Amino acid sequence: MGLIRISGLRVAFSTCSEEIRAVDAVDLDIRSGDSLSLIGESGCGKTVMGMAIMGLLPKNAMISGSIRYGDQEILSAPDRTMQQIRGKEIAMISQNSANALDPVMTIGDQIAEPLLIHRLLPTTEARSETLRLLSALGFDEPETAAGRYPHEFSGGMRERILIALALICNPRLIIADEPTAGLDAQVKSQILRLIKKQIASNRTLFLITHDMGTASFLSTRIAVMYAGELVEAGPTKEVLAMPRHPYTQGLLASLPSAGLHPIPGMSPAPAHLPKGCRFCARCPSATDRCSTLHPPLKETSNTRQVRCFLYD
Amino acid sequence: MIELEAITKIYTKGFLRQQKTTAVNNVSLSIKKGGSLGLVGESGSGKTTLGRIALRLIEPTSGTVRFDGVNLMALSRSALRQIRPRMQIVFQDPDTSLDPRMTVQECIAEPLEIWNLVEPQDREDRVLELLDLVGLQPDLIGRFPFEISGGQKQRVALARVLALTPDFIVADEPTAALDLSVQAQVLSLIKTIQKKTNLTLLFISHDLQIIGQMCDSVAVMHKGTIVEQGTPRGILRDPKDPYTQKLIDAAYESEAWLGKEKKV
Repeated sequence: MGLIRISGLRVAFSTCSEEIRAVDAVDLDIRSGDSLSLIGESGCGKTVMGMAIMGLLPKNAMISGSIRYGDQEILSAPDRTMQQIRGKEIAMISQNSANALDPVMTIGDQIAEPLLIHRLLPTTEARSETLRLLSALGFDEPETAAGRYPHEFSGGMRERILIALALICNPRLIIADEPTAGLDAQVKSQILRLIKKQIASNRTLFLITHDMGTASFLSTRIAVMYAGELVEAGPTKEVLAMPRHPYTQGLLASLPSAGLHPIPGMSPAPAHLPKGCRFCARCPSATDRCSTLHPPLKETSNTRQVRCFLYD
Repeated sequence: MIELEAITKIYTKGFLRQQKTTAVNNVSLSIKKGGSLGLVGESGSGKTTLGRIALRLIEPTSGTVRFDGVNLMALSRSALRQIRPRMQIVFQDPDTSLDPRMTVQECIAEPLEIWNLVEPQDREDRVLELLDLVGLQPDLIGRFPFEISGGQKQRVALARVLALTPDFIVADEPTAALDLSVQAQVLSLIKTIQKKTNLTLLFISHDLQIIGQMCDSVAVMHKGTIVEQGTPRGILRDPKDPYTQKLIDAAYESEAWLGKEKKV
């Protein structure tokens, strides 16, 4: 059952001279209890997808399509509706812990705030709830920690604080946007284990990342995005073991352990997308048809979809 | 080519600067001409401090740095300036290392101008040559840093460094801010250029996998000291130090998630 159903989502931004299509006709279901990773390079539109679900797109975005949360339409829903959902039903672990936290509020106050607003808890209960969560997230002395300010914590600890912020109201869906960017290998693995443990208890995860390792550790399904559209989707294990789209194959070959074989060239500029396949210029198996016709996203099996003429 | 002898760096802070942090503790390292050494360790292990001391961008508390036989610590400011073009650094984040008000052209031409390396009328040709060397299109020449991608910015930073035809480069996590596929592009570019121009390279990273691909020797740093040194193959196959083992486990963990077998 689809907790979130995205259909025909388009998000564009206009600059003075050109239109930038950040997300282009994306259909995606996030099923209840699922953990889905959205993979892609910087600028492919994956963060914009997360923002669209949260209802946090900037005012100048031109939006069309639909995002349904249960049976409620939440794309371009009024602010008041979204305020009831955001933080309470759908919460986000944002990237860059240094900017996401308020520098002049103690972390205890920041974590407890949604409890006071969404669940109207009395302060004593909000306090004990916050301390309980902090200790569950690995803070040895939650009372001391709660009274500190963000700058007094390391990057790894700040990431835990962001996780606490997202979990505090026990939301159904968690959107995590690059939760481990900028952390070193050991801290990263601690944080990922923590997220995995927290989503196990009947929560749904939508993970946005460019890191294959993270995606494969945390998610059961994977969707690969390139230049604003989905190019491949399927169960994580199958996609990583047998990638179908040449872009996914290229990404896996760029891993240090696979020998750092780069994909030649660059993603097309979102203001000047090619007419045919968007990956055509960088693709080793491109044919004439690829540069003139735009391939549709096709089902290749019950569980897998790919946007490539090779699988016609 | 570059020799570090008994380098120690102690940072002081607090009341009367009495609070002391030992960032680098009695470290000795050397890199042969044309060699590449990978310095690996977690955040805060002192690897960036050590990389900067190697260029005398930071003064060590004690110890000496020799570059091509010259004791850098004994040089005056002006003598040090004269030797700087031969040793360069590529920083972690091109957003903060490139001047936002300079075009790509100005940025790459600046070192050529300062050192008067080519005649003014040939400067543009040299800039185009350098752009080509780092795999950038000539039409980027008039762009500002905010108009190009992170990978392109890091290539510009690299072109600026190569403008001086240095003998020694410190690359401090040059791909930390880049995506997977762009990382692969930039790293293989650095590797190709290093081989082609016989550069000596000190490559700083927290990723053992990357160092294994990039370097012919590796030094593992932990809490300011070198705990282990050897070839990437040797260290990955048979780590002697428990900390190295931990690093390797962390590095392989994400491989294991990808369903791959350990391979050395």
